[in-house]
Amino acid sequence: MSAPRGLPRGLLAGLAGIALLALVTWLLPQLVSNYLVRVVIVMCINAVLVASMGLANGFTGVFSLGHVGFVAVGAYVSGILSLSAHAKGAYLPDLPHWLAGITLGFLPSTLVAGLVCVALAFLVGAPLMRLSGYFVAVATLGFLIIVNVVLINAVDFTRGARTFTGVPLETSLPWAVGWLAVAVAVIARVVYSPVGRRYRAVREDTIAAQAIGLEVLPVRLSAFMLGAFFAGVGGSLYGHYLGSFSPAAFYLAYTFTLISMLVIGGMQSLTGALVGVVAVSVASEVLRNLERGLDLGIFTVPPLYGASQVVLGFILILVMIFRPSGIMGDRELTLGPLVKPRQEGPGREIKR
Amino acid sequence: MNPGLYIAQQVINAISLGSLYALVAIGLSMVFGILRMTNFAHGDMMMVGAFGTLLLGFAGLPFWLAALGGIAIGALAGVIVERVAYRPVRGAPDVSLLLTSLAVTYILENLGILIFSSSPRNFPLPDWMNVALQFYDGQLTFTQINVVTVVATAVSLGFLGWFVTRTNAGIGMRAAAEDLQAAQLVGLDVDRLIVVAFAIASAFAGLAGVLWAAQSGIVEPHMGFTPLLKAFVAAIIGGFGSIAGALIGGFVLGALEIFIVAFLPSAVSPYRDAIVFALLIAFLLFRPNGLLNRSQEIKL
Repeated sequence: MSAPRGLPRGLLAGLAGIALLALVTWLLPQLVSNYLVRVVIVMCINAVLVASMGLANGFTGVFSLGHVGFVAVGAYVSGILSLSAHAKGAYLPDLPHWLAGITLGFLPSTLVAGLVCVALAFLVGAPLMRLSGYFVAVATLGFLIIVNVVLINAVDFTRGARTFTGVPLETSLPWAVGWLAVAVAVIARVVYSPVGRRYRAVREDTIAAQAIGLEVLPVRLSAFMLGAFFAGVGGSLYGHYLGSFSPAAFYLAYTFTLISMLVIGGMQSLTGALVGVVAVSVASEVLRNLERGLDLGIFTVPPLYGASQVVLGFILILVMIFRPSGIMGDRELTLGPLVKPRQEGPGREIKR
Repeated sequence: MNPGLYIAQQVINAISLGSLYALVAIGLSMVFGILRMTNFAHGDMMMVGAFGTLLLGFAGLPFWLAALGGIAIGALAGVIVERVAYRPVRGAPDVSLLLTSLAVTYILENLGILIFSSSPRNFPLPDWMNVALQFYDGQLTFTQINVVTVVATAVSLGFLGWFVTRTNAGIGMRAAAEDLQAAQLVGLDVDRLIVVAFAIASAFAGLAGVLWAAQSGIVEPHMGFTPLLKAFVAAIIGGFGSIAGALIGGFVLGALEIFIVAFLPSAVSPYRDAIVFALLIAFLLFRPNGLLNRSQEIKL
């Protein structure tokens, strides 16, 4: 950016954006069915998760398969914190005293969940962000598996493989939309700043980035930690949306869903992450309805459970073959100064 | 209980489990060696092989013939996947290859659910394979399946050893693993070599699938994923891309898993998989080229 943009204009646009979001969240439940509102809530949660996943995976090029591990930690940490004392006594009788005594509200427990994930991301990322390519993918997959094993075995805290239940159903549309707005604003702010330029420099050519004096590890680690924060937040939103869940909900299948959203939309663009979420969510809703069987009058299509996932897999392969950088590539749709416009001149990567 | 016999029993178990890991890891490493690709769909060839065997068994074939057929179906599936999904993205960044193979896994497992439903099915075995052999008043026990596992693994490894050292295709494969472009420059038909590599790798996975199903008694669409993840660990312990390394890594991992459960306090055993994957991470960080230390730059 050559000169800072005028504050009033940015402030106005920000206020307008907030007003618009508020209007939409107020209007939507009046216009569409409850079912669709729930679909939109899940889409917002997934968008938080995919956008934050794109931060490390897309912008710094460190392809992590462990994002859902942080989502799981976020869901469980916030769930334990926000469970009422009564529910704790009923479901988690062996919880240590200092945890059994406290019950936090939705917002504080979500924030704590995010911060716990940041701390965890620091511990995990400090060694793992040294790796690159497929090795970081395999190692972070190892992290996901370790999280799963620990959740299943830490019975005192998580009820093990059994359903963790009693989490208050707090995730309403305004919460989901609000957090999505925060996540997008923060991530957009970061990736289209000098810090974000470092991310992309490290992604495009690690050695060249080092040669001009960039320390690769802190750059990657900061992206990983910020991504983990929103993964924890998204996990909390998801946990408070579902009310009851088990470790199996946050494992390979969910990882694949989020990754396909990210890759189909375009890993190197924040808009791409959002587009991917919408595209995959809409496609899976439609496919899932088809999957239950179809009565076409003349003949009926029998229910084919699993068919929607097969189609999703094929779509992902086709994207990899014909449009490997996803729908959006590295382009962004801009919404005024709230989401930073595409950078001009030397900021754009030089294609070799 | 005689401690010597207890240890001997655990060693037998370790060899049996290690054989399976080695069979899967070798295929994984072979493909990685040539294409630098982490093939997540490799484990699903286990599922394809086991279901193929199951179906051919239903069709009335004797078990050994059905098993051979199942292995052949597994090999065929591997070749088809390579041709349809992997060849078009060959040469793309690592992550594209990885994602494509993840998508293939997803498709194959859900096709498995679509066709066979997600509930596990019994894997029928001939009676003689379930016979338990007991020594020292039952202190040393193994079944015929364990014997078959070890023998089948040994025979396949012998075949592989012969193939990669004595045949043109095998030597070509090693050349391609050394340097794909150079192999192409000296006139090797790399496409064909890759097909051969996928066929052998998938046949090994199919065999592992049949043996795995025989040992556990069940077949289900997700059966290949956990062994695949373990095979990753085994391959990386041995040095990813090296066939000998994968073999060693498989047995080391098998022994480790058995010994964690057998010799450590019982409170530790539920965390077995966590320990194994922590070991994977440790290897990636401190010994990324594996025990054999074949050079390859993967760290910053």
